[in-house]
Amino acid sequence: MIPFDFDYYKPDTLLEAIDLFQDLSEQGKMPMYYGGGTEIISMARANSIYTGAVIDIKGIPECCEFGFSGSNLVIGSAITLTKIVESGLFPMLGITIGRIADHTIQGKITLGGNLAGTVIYRESVLPLLISESQVVIAGNYGTRQAPISELFDGRMRREPGELIVKLIIDSTYTNLPFFHRKTTKIDKIDYPLVTVVAMKKDDRILAGFSGLCDHPFRSIEMEDSLNEKGLTREVRIKNAMSHIPAPVQEDIHGSGNYRRFVLNNILMDVLKM
Amino acid sequence: MTAIGKDVPRKEALDKVTGAVKYNDDINEPGLLHVKMATSTCAHGIIKSIDVLSAWNVPGVRAVVTGDYLPVMTGSVIKDRPPIAINKVRYYGEPVAIVVADTEHEAQKAANSIKIEYSPLPMVKSPKEALVKGAPLVHEKLGEYKKAIDDVYPAAGTNVADHSKIRKGDMDKGWSECDVIVEGEYTMPKSDHIAMETRNVRVKIDPDGKVYVSSSTQCPHGIKDTLATVFSLNEGDIIVNAPLVGGAFGGKAPVNLEFIAYIASRAVGGRQVKLANTREEDIATSPTKIGLEAKVKLGATRDGILKALELKYFVDAGAYSDTAPRMAKTMASNGTGPYNVENVFCDALCLYTNNPYSTSFRGFGNMGHTFCMERTLDKLAVALNMSPFDLRLKNAISPGKGHTSATQVKITKSNTGDLAKCIYKINELIKLDDDLRVEVAKDKVIARGMSCIWKTSASNTDAISGAIIVFNKDGSLNLIVGVMEIGSGVKTGLAQILADKMNMEVDQIHVQMPVNTESSPKHWKTVASMSTVMAGRAVLSAADDAIRQIKDLGSIVLRVDPSQLEIGGGKVYMRSDPDNYVEFKDMVHGFKFRGGNSIGGQIIGKGTYIMENLTILDRETGKGRMGPAWTVGVQAVEVEYNTKDHTYKLVKAATVMDIGKIVNPKTAKGVVMGGMSMGLGLGSREGFLYGSNGGILNDSLRTYKVMRFGEQPDYMVEFIETPAEDGPYGARGLGEHGILGMPAALANALTRATGVELDQVPIDAELIWQLKTGGYV
Amino acid sequence: MMQLCGTDTIELEVNGEKRKVTVRAADTLLHTLREKLGLTGAKPGCENGDCGACTVLLDGWPIKSCLMLAAEAVGHSITTIEGLKNAPMQKAFFENWGFQCGFCTSGFIMTCHALATIHPGADDDTMADWLQSNICRCTSYEEIQNAVKQVLGKGDSSGVQGVVSMKEK
Repeated sequence: MIPFDFDYYKPDTLLEAIDLFQDLSEQGKMPMYYGGGTEIISMARANSIYTGAVIDIKGIPECCEFGFSGSNLVIGSAITLTKIVESGLFPMLGITIGRIADHTIQGKITLGGNLAGTVIYRESVLPLLISESQVVIAGNYGTRQAPISELFDGRMRREPGELIVKLIIDSTYTNLPFFHRKTTKIDKIDYPLVTVVAMKKDDRILAGFSGLCDHPFRSIEMEDSLNEKGLTREVRIKNAMSHIPAPVQEDIHGSGNYRRFVLNNILMDVLKM
Repeated sequence: MTAIGKDVPRKEALDKVTGAVKYNDDINEPGLLHVKMATSTCAHGIIKSIDVLSAWNVPGVRAVVTGDYLPVMTGSVIKDRPPIAINKVRYYGEPVAIVVADTEHEAQKAANSIKIEYSPLPMVKSPKEALVKGAPLVHEKLGEYKKAIDDVYPAAGTNVADHSKIRKGDMDKGWSECDVIVEGEYTMPKSDHIAMETRNVRVKIDPDGKVYVSSSTQCPHGIKDTLATVFSLNEGDIIVNAPLVGGAFGGKAPVNLEFIAYIASRAVGGRQVKLANTREEDIATSPTKIGLEAKVKLGATRDGILKALELKYFVDAGAYSDTAPRMAKTMASNGTGPYNVENVFCDALCLYTNNPYSTSFRGFGNMGHTFCMERTLDKLAVALNMSPFDLRLKNAISPGKGHTSATQVKITKSNTGDLAKCIYKINELIKLDDDLRVEVAKDKVIARGMSCIWKTSASNTDAISGAIIVFNKDGSLNLIVGVMEIGSGVKTGLAQILADKMNMEVDQIHVQMPVNTESSPKHWKTVASMSTVMAGRAVLSAADDAIRQIKDLGSIVLRVDPSQLEIGGGKVYMRSDPDNYVEFKDMVHGFKFRGGNSIGGQIIGKGTYIMENLTILDRETGKGRMGPAWTVGVQAVEVEYNTKDHTYKLVKAATVMDIGKIVNPKTAKGVVMGGMSMGLGLGSREGFLYGSNGGILNDSLRTYKVMRFGEQPDYMVEFIETPAEDGPYGARGLGEHGILGMPAALANALTRATGVELDQVPIDAELIWQLKTGGYV
Repeated sequence: MMQLCGTDTIELEVNGEKRKVTVRAADTLLHTLREKLGLTGAKPGCENGDCGACTVLLDGWPIKSCLMLAAEAVGHSITTIEGLKNAPMQKAFFENWGFQCGFCTSGFIMTCHALATIHPGADDDTMADWLQSNICRCTSYEEIQNAVKQVLGKGDSSGVQGVVSMKEK
């Protein structure tokens, strides 16, 4: 039960959505774009967020695109995790997001929603970061496209009113060998203690991390260390771990040192790729 | 034709698989008002101010109520708890104010807007802290509180709510006979019941003073008694309706939300109000499981005969005592486990802390003492260089050997069953008299652990039950009992008992599923795994009563002495000539002769039961008889441990239990397996974690973890049947028991697997890693 | 553009019936089913998407109705436990003692029914993946596993209409 009222809009076009956001903002409604809505509903129930209007983007054709287009895989931001998993079009992404929340909720969470969410894990960004995806964003200026690495600095940077429309992935990345491991405190259905997604491209390991710090990330420095040929695995891992870009999380899921221990074990397996 | 021992599907099974079954919150009446609580964000503090103005400004609000509106004190042991805090809060999550509004969201919005200021006091966060000299007092006026029962001994000026003692034998002599002595310290955190249905209640008060309560409760009659006492009402004016319950596990035994809903209804002129916990409130505001810190010292002779046992239990009751003192007493009384120990010394302190308060939880404290004793036995086995299997077998409590319990009750076959038989049997399911730790692959170890269990009830010495049988015109029976169907299948079991006694098909027995205190006979409480025993006895007595009436009437119609009659198949017939009979359908609403003249009236069977021969325990020695028969058993767990990352998998779990008589095998097995699952959850993942403000950090099912599908081991459950002479068909209590030894068996298996002493739960990979490495990378 | 301001009337298709219902835009589908349409089979176990007791089917796929606005369900076909008629999964739960208190049962059966319909040949991993979305506090899950395997084994998934695999869409 959500203790406050809001209005619900389901625009049919991108333009409608962008205009609506602006109008509602001017009316002081503090609107939110609404994808799967799982985070908005649960946070609203807990009174942790407020909005006067939600704009459901699931009726916008561009946000619902899904499939190969030329040499690219296009995934609309309103596509659910289940649809991506079941399609089998991008196994690394499918396996990663097939471990977010639980199976039933994956049928509601959308890719855009997971990327834009406030939960600190957002594991869907990991395969997108290491496959150097492009993000299409719409605003009152029209649309723009940028590499995800430029937009994502722990959170998806957008101007107010901007909407993530779709992700574009170079299809050469969709079939490369990859590694995924999500570790949890004990339950399979839980937030990650540490999740590592890695891929091997041109004999180089690319890797992204979630749960380790208070935001998911890809670190070129850590990748450089992991790829430093000629050193033992142990040394490469030690070097990589010295480049963790932010403090290691300490919370009810695990201590910082334990996360380091877990990461160390996972990286041993990553290096066997 | 006997229905006993058959896998009869639950009477309510079809309703449950079609979604038709109605739980309390599935019933909604127009005009109902909604109650929401503003709860404390301070774990211990003086309430400086409560600003309710903004709540009144929310549209739809009909009342805003604080603790001073109807100040009462509640508690089934010590009357220490105001339903809504007055002056002071004692735990994070305690109700401080309530709002009544037209809709749930308006009530919530208003409750969210209430501003409460506190002057924080130092917190008491553990039993250890509660006992420190000069510790902050959770209850400054403990000495002034009224007691609801006689045998509880709160110590004024301390945080001690109760002190239970066991003094059996001669400790000096006992220790002097020991060749080996081991000691251990154990902790188990507070945790939650997590019934899938959160607690909820509706109350209305009619102009004539009648109070209608509808609740998700294990104890409808308890609500009636308690509301009458607390609010000085006539008991007959209170009518409690209780439909099927969506899981309870002890958490729905105490009167809890009913107090608040009654106050809320009073505040809106008696209109019907509903108060339904959110999951977070069900965890953090309503009562929880006790926490435990314990010290055990155990000694034995060289050949493994237990000689002396010293137990110190420090029970974390939380902010209010509720039934925690009884659970502490239960631990003291049963702390030996099902083993003969001649010399026992135990102090069980029940302590107030600023944690959420506790109430009964599946096992009623017996899981706690089992964990401590069974871990210590494994340590002793190591010290003796003896197999844990042999050590347990050697000391198994048995009849005919002069064995007595810690409370000095003589052990008989009837009151204790056959533990040794259970131990031999489980060895066929999981090999325990062999190597208990095997390295099966690089990084992989298989290990096994075991735990014996026992439990009797700790019910009131005068606990009662009752049953009424009425008949339908077609000759079928309606059975009315005060026992709640909380998932255990008890009502179907009672139907089986009645069908057997009446010698007819179980589908001819209809059982009233909801309980209504106006029409259902009183059943003390649907707790303590005693429902089949207590209500079963009442049902048998009601059946006897009905049979007597049937035979009396039959004797007139058939013109023979009643002693010459038998019943069966819905008929009363002559033993010498079964073709000479009267069908129930022709007599249960009176027998009509051919001319139209009739005799007999309707047949109504009534039966009652009261606990017999129970005594309160002596204050100084603990001597006395707390419960009727024990149910004994043994459990084992097999784990696969990864030596590299310290994770483990649950591979197998087994239970063999002596339940006296199996009424419904599939249901009995299911209830035991469910308990085992919960016990493995407690052993591996469940437990509250607190923030620096004293609030629970894992107060939702996102963060409070319970076992999920796919994590379960292979379960094996077998039963032994040594009849309890005073149980219906020899049946013993069954319900909670599956949980009792699982944390211990798991910890014993993992201690063996890992090589580190795991004396606390929950046990996860990080704990093992920490103990093995010191927590350094 | 569909819009719903404050409180308004929408039309939902539930168990094959078109139902007009007045809702707040902020009302969840769970609340609407239970409080407005009298379909109380779906239960509020946590209202946070964690327990699965509120699971219903949306176009044949399981969803947690506590994490969906009623407004979002417009134009979709909703199936609740009340919409199942003698589904093999109901029978299997009955026969395998797949419940005790019964509170999680509606949600569990909906998840399992959808699994048997969409992936009638599901392997153990797929089964676990789907069923981990629901919590049962009474059983040991073994009983539920037996029930689901009984149905998956038969590959018999009749009982509800309108379920189409997403891959076929």
